[in-house]
Amino acid sequence: MDLGLFEREADFRWRIEPFGRMRVPGVIFASEALLRQMDAKVYEQVTNVAMLPGIVEASYAMPDAHWGYGFPIGGVAAFDADAGGVVSAGGVGFDISCGVRTLHTGLRLADIEAVKERLADALYHSIPAGMGSTGAIRLDGAGMGAMLRGGARWAVERGFGTAADLERIEEGGCMRGADPAQVSEQAKKRQRDEMGTLGSGNHYLEIQLVTNVFAPDIAAAFGVQEGDVVVSIHCGSRGLGHQIGTEFLRRMAVGATQFGIELPDRELACAPIDSPLGQDYLGAMRAAINCALANRQILTHLTRETFSEVLPHSRLPLLYDVSHNTCKVEEHNVDGKMKKLYVHRKGATRAFGPGHPDLPAALRDAGQPVLIGGSMGTASYILTGTERGMRLAFGSACHGAGRAMSRHQALRTWNGRHVVSDLAERGILIRSPSMRGVAEEAPDAYKDVSAVVDSAEHAGLARRVARVEPLICIKG
Amino acid sequence: MAATAGWEHFPHEADIGVRGLGATIEQAFEQAALALTAVIVDPASVVPKEAIRISCEAPDAELLLVDWLNTLVYEMVTRNMLFSRFEVHLEEERLTALAWGEALEPGRHHPAVEVKGATYTALMVARQQGGGWLAQCVVDV
Repeated sequence: MDLGLFEREADFRWRIEPFGRMRVPGVIFASEALLRQMDAKVYEQVTNVAMLPGIVEASYAMPDAHWGYGFPIGGVAAFDADAGGVVSAGGVGFDISCGVRTLHTGLRLADIEAVKERLADALYHSIPAGMGSTGAIRLDGAGMGAMLRGGARWAVERGFGTAADLERIEEGGCMRGADPAQVSEQAKKRQRDEMGTLGSGNHYLEIQLVTNVFAPDIAAAFGVQEGDVVVSIHCGSRGLGHQIGTEFLRRMAVGATQFGIELPDRELACAPIDSPLGQDYLGAMRAAINCALANRQILTHLTRETFSEVLPHSRLPLLYDVSHNTCKVEEHNVDGKMKKLYVHRKGATRAFGPGHPDLPAALRDAGQPVLIGGSMGTASYILTGTERGMRLAFGSACHGAGRAMSRHQALRTWNGRHVVSDLAERGILIRSPSMRGVAEEAPDAYKDVSAVVDSAEHAGLARRVARVEPLICIKG
Repeated sequence: MAATAGWEHFPHEADIGVRGLGATIEQAFEQAALALTAVIVDPASVVPKEAIRISCEAPDAELLLVDWLNTLVYEMVTRNMLFSRFEVHLEEERLTALAWGEALEPGRHHPAVEVKGATYTALMVARQQGGGWLAQCVVDV
């Protein structure tokens, strides 16, 4: 990226002055090194988003931003319905509510060392992973509707987890305003066999070791200590979310002209929030959020069952569950006034600061846990939202490392079996149905997650709490 | 002038691009579908045992390409099938096709990744200088 395109507002904040049809500035949060590495397409997409009607403050991009579809991945943009604001299917993405949840285990490294292989094999056996894998739950029409309205709450009511899990999930585990009637029969059919499945690509279930604690006070509030073993699950709304994304992207791309919206890029497909199409999308997208929350809840249950077989004394309470592809209605301070905004986070994590009313009582003083997934074989991070972050990009932070190399190039560079044996030598057990998938997800195909997290902290978006390293990775 | 039919992948930062080339627009669409299968598995490992019928409609050729690929994604998931041979017919804004393939067996096909959907990124359906056709877009995996 050409740094000459930006005005450096602060060490980790780069501004693009509005030009042409831009309604607001563009702002990228990143170190100089990360900004230099970013694809020039990120600049183009940040400026394109700034042209959309009703956008508030600025079109933002997080330190892990990369070339996405219409919106950059790592993009954050908020819209005001009263000012003709829009909702965009491209601004949410295909994998609606893809996210990460982290579970405590109450175990230390020494507790699992003797059973590590057995645990890896047992998890690989119980967690459906990869293309063509199916879950054990089949939903009929009424069951599907109840799941799409209830989310993780629906799952808990059916015995997948406990009520205590729900307060550790955004929206209390149930996204309000979901409208299953706006979810097509095709999307429901695509989900038929996929409840409680991990998916593929960069989705995983990892057993991790807490290697560093950076903020002991916050870590204590989160219940995390150096040497703890935790479990993280990264996956989304599966086929249902993908189909909703596909269908509404098309409807909005074809329909934009009827609303008089000139799209600089077809993939910025959007509709006014107050239009029937905008409302239909919000109803369907919220149903997909519930599907993702229910899915992660079922996977949590399967994980707990497996742990109880291998390590009978373990307990796996939920630390927190975050979603990174969403559009949510939130109140934010704009020019000194609280305003209701439709905040799109595309490959970005909500990061609410201390005291936010949406946080559960046990976490309210510490801020929201922000769970940053690394790539297979590399570190992940636990961050917390900050008061300052609430004023920077509507309480948002990065979501992961972001790819440094295309799948294409990764496949030419690495062999899956070698990746697995190299990681095994470092004590990291990989279980995956696809060696080609492992090669495409090789650790070095991703950017350095530590650099991304450092930038997020220096920019003030979130604060580092702990670093974790993988011990076992079930890869879809 | 006859152009050689073929497919290739092209890089995208997070995902992967599929490109079909052919003497006709139909052939380019067929090759793009093969490129889609190749994102998931080696197309040579998929036996074209049974055919399914596909049809879609769109206001322009580019949207039609996205619809065609997305219909294949949908059929793959809901039928638990992979496809390796295609026959496409285009008439104005309407596409009808036959896709041959077989049931997905993860233990034999070793799928690398599932495709979430075809996107409008790097989307192009165009006649090339040599007279052949190109049909391409990025797919989200």
